Formats: sequence, C-alpha cells, structure tokens
Amino acid sequence: MPINYYIFLALALFSIGIVGVLTRRNAIIIFMCIELMLNAVNLLLVAFSKMHYLKNAAADAMTTAGTDGQLFVFFIMVVAAAEVSVGLAIIVMMYRNIHSVDINFLNRLKH
Amino acid sequence: MNALLLSAILGVVMMFSGILLKSKAAVRNLAIAGISILLLVNILEMSGTVFFRIDTKGMMAFDNFALLFNSIAFISTLLYLLLSARDMEKVGVNYAEYFALIFFILCGITLTSSFRSLLILFLGIEIISIPLYILTGSDKRNLKSNEASLKYFLLGSFSTGLMLMGIALIYGAIGSFDTSVIGAFTGTTPSALLIAGILLLLFSMAFKASVAPFHFWTPDVYDGAPTVFTSFMATIVKAAVFIAFIRLFDESFGFQQKQWQLFIAILTVATLFIGNITAVFQQSVKRMLAYSSIAQAGFMMLSLYAMNTDAKEGLLLYTVAYSFATIGIFAVLIKMKDYTFDGFNGFAKQQPLLAATTTIFLLSLAGIPLTAGFLSKFYMLKAAMGTGKNLWLVIFAVLMAAVSVYYYFRVIQAMYFKEGNPQPIETTPVFKWTLVVLAAAVILLGIFPNLLLSWYYF
Repeated sequence: MPINYYIFLALALFSIGIVGVLTRRNAIIIFMCIELMLNAVNLLLVAFSKMHYLKNAAADAMTTAGTDGQLFVFFIMVVAAAEVSVGLAIIVMMYRNIHSVDINFLNRLKH
Repeated sequence: MNALLLSAILGVVMMFSGILLKSKAAVRNLAIAGISILLLVNILEMSGTVFFRIDTKGMMAFDNFALLFNSIAFISTLLYLLLSARDMEKVGVNYAEYFALIFFILCGITLTSSFRSLLILFLGIEIISIPLYILTGSDKRNLKSNEASLKYFLLGSFSTGLMLMGIALIYGAIGSFDTSVIGAFTGTTPSALLIAGILLLLFSMAFKASVAPFHFWTPDVYDGAPTVFTSFMATIVKAAVFIAFIRLFDESFGFQQKQWQLFIAILTVATLFIGNITAVFQQSVKRMLAYSSIAQAGFMMLSLYAMNTDAKEGLLLYTVAYSFATIGIFAVLIKMKDYTFDGFNGFAKQQPLLAATTTIFLLSLAGIPLTAGFLSKFYMLKAAMGTGKNLWLVIFAVLMAAVSVYYYFRVIQAMYFKEGNPQPIETTPVFKWTLVVLAAAVILLGIFPNLLLSWYYF
C-alpha cells in the first residue's frame, strides 16, 4: 500500500482525537481522545519505519534503517502507560472531592 | 552522565527514606545532602571526572552548555530546598515522596539539557511533566489544587500528543531522530511533512514553556498548585524547557532560521505583551508572579529569535537571574498568610532583612542596573540586535520591561511606604542566610557576569 494511505488514516485518527479533546466535557472521554492521538502517532511511526526500511533495503539487504521508528513506539507506549496511571489518579482524586468528572467545574481558578 | 544516573538513584533512595526514616528533619537533610552530592558530581564531570562511561550511540551529548546548565539547575534546587523544604510539610503527609519526585524531575532536566535525539527530548519532557502533574495536585483536599492538576494534566498530555505527531512527521521526512542528521538536511525546499512537523514541535514546546498564545494554562496552574511547588515549577523547570527549546532549534532547524524567525518574533511580541499587561491588573502576588513568568519567558524567547553566541550565553545568565530572584520571592511569599499586595503592607518594619532581600529580587526581575536581571536582559537585547533586522522587536521589549517595573514596584511600595500589620512569620537562621546568599549572588552576577559565563568556555 502507498504510504499516503497510512498518513491519511493517522491524520484522521489524530484529528478525531483533537476534536474530541476540544469539544467533549467529560474528563475520561478527553483522556481517551488523548490516547487516540498517541496511538495515531504510533501507527504513523510504524508506517514510516517500514517505508524507510524498504527504501534502504533495495540498496542494502542487511540494512537496519527504520528500526529506530519502531523502538520509539515502545517508548511512547511506556510513557502513555505512566501518564494513564497518573491521570486516572488525578481524575479519581477530583471525583472524590466533587463527585463528578465534568470539566465545566474547571473555572473556579479564574477568580 | 554522572548527574543523570545519580539523580535517578537519589529519587529511588528518597522514596524509600520515607519508610525507613521516621523524622521529617532526617528526610529533609538527606534530600539536601543528596542534591549537594549531585551538584558536586556534576561539577566534577565539568572538570573531566566521569564516573559512568556509557555509550549512548550519540543520543546524548554532555557538552559544556549542558553541564553548565545542569549545575545552574542543581544550585537553584539546592537553594530552593534550603529555603522552602520546611514548608513542604504543610502540603501533605507524603513528605519524602515530594523530594523523590523533585529528584526525578532533575533527572528529566539532565535529559532535556543534553539530548541529541528527539527520542531523548520526548523522554526528558515527559519525565519532567509527569511528576509535576502529581506535585501540582499534591494538596489532595484542596479543590483549587485538584483543578490545577487536572487542567495541567489534560493540557500537558494534549501538547505531548502534538509533539509526538511533530516528531513522527519529521521522522517521515528525514528518516532519523538524530538532531544533527535533521540539521544536516540540505534540500532547498523542505517537504510539507517537514514543515508541519517543525510547526507542531514548535507549538508543543511553546506550550511547555508557556509562550503566548499557548500560555493560558500557566496562571491557573501556577495559582492553584501549592506555592512551594509553584516556585520549583516556575523557575527551574521553565528554564530547562527553554534550554531544550534553544538546543532543538539550534541543532536541528538552524538551516531554516530565515523561515521561522519572523514567526518566533511574533510569538515573542505576543508573550511580552500579554504577560506584562495582564500582570499589571492582578491583585494577588502569586498570580502576578505567574504572569511575570510569562513575561520573562518573552524575554527568553529573544534568545531563540536571535540564535547566536550572545543568545546562548545570555540564556544561561537569564536562567540564573530569573531562577534565583523568583525562588527568593516565592520563599518569602510561602511564609505569608495573605497573598494579595495588601498583605505586604508594612512588611519592612516587621522583617527588615526579608524585605530588603525581596526588594533586591524584585529589582532584578524588573531589570534595574547592578543586578543580574539587568545584564541578562541586556544580553538578550544585544543578541536580538546582533541579527541586524526587526529593530522594532528590541524597542518593544524595552517598552515592556518598563511596564514590568510598575507591578514589581507595587510590592516594594507596599512593603516600605504603606502602613499595615502583616501577620508575624517564623524564620530560621538557615532561611535568612540562604536569602542573603541569594541576594548577594544576584548582585554579584549583575556586576561580574563572567563569574558564570567563563565556565561556559572552561
């Protein structure tokens, strides 16, 4: 498949994530949308990794080009997991205090 | 490399010290000893003694710029702990864990100051951010702290998403994460992928450094976080993000400076304008300092705009001047009960020494001569002049520095010229001496900046 398909798919997922973050009011759903953004990036990185590998493999069959892209994906997964654990803890902490996860609550600091 | 590994180890040590040590004073002293060792080990590395030789395959480079900045960050943290470690007890019960998180943040700072690969940049920024989300929300029963933490977390991870997309697009265009490989790009017309990637990376870094128009989270988060941690967040962490920012654009995207320079100039003007003008209307000193940190970020952006030798030297000086002064003011502010300007009325009669040192810090932030703040602003303007164009940017920056005098001097006016009866505050000799050392350092660097800058070429 041409690389363009992957780019369009990843950008579509990424845009869905951004629109979700900007329009939804539920903290958990916003959080899911952020995860969607990160996973769109993962998909794109893997696709690019394969693309760079194929480009270099034509000249050199033993090439390692493109492995760094796949390694990056693992780092993103680990960091996303760390972020989930902290983020859910923060959301639970807020829920304990106000019994809601609606972010319309987040306007008291303006004053 | 010394500091990187040791800071991570110290973080784990501090985590266990909470279980093993019963007294809070012991935990505090352990943390202060730990940061002193960290500083010592980093200075040893500057003079060539490296304990851990690990081949990072060119993903990190511990050059003079990185090591000097690490030293600055460690000295600032040492002074910060000496001044404010006692006040962390009031935030919550997990006293040792706060220190552990601070050491993990320092580990992230050593990564962001020395990265040579976008992967390390990403890891560094995240290792800084994730502990900060926790520290922001550490006052668990306080709704303002909860709110600030959730807001910081959601917006911070959103900007991380943008940064990762930028990195992925750059990887697609270039085929490597290495900053020098990206910087060696020689094509005349960069592809759409590369341009989109650079823009997304710029936006997310601007977001982390609270540059307008991506600053909107800063006042709320700085205001809502426990004041002890705001002090750390607004100084050392912000400086680290700027170091990463300038390193990234210097090494990777220097080849396209002409194309993004005007864009950076516009961001700088917006940051200076919004930061300074909004700070004028604040009633709370804490919130005023949050806006002042945005305004100071505008000045630091001038180094990114100019991107020459003056800019790099100036940024190092600026981080010291800004961090020292802001840590000092926050240390006094933490002790106050009332954070409004009126809370400072008559402060000079009650605490003459504290009022005098606070005045020096405020003068430095405003950029009055004979303080480090003046010379660092001077270096920034000189760097911007050095590019030889966009003179209006320099004029605008000077005007905005004049505006900043208004809100910094309001505090001095309240302390010295207004009658009032502030609540008595307790201080220890260590606190007073550290404040005096900080004030002396601010003045000394304002007269002899080479004390610091000669280390850069050492």
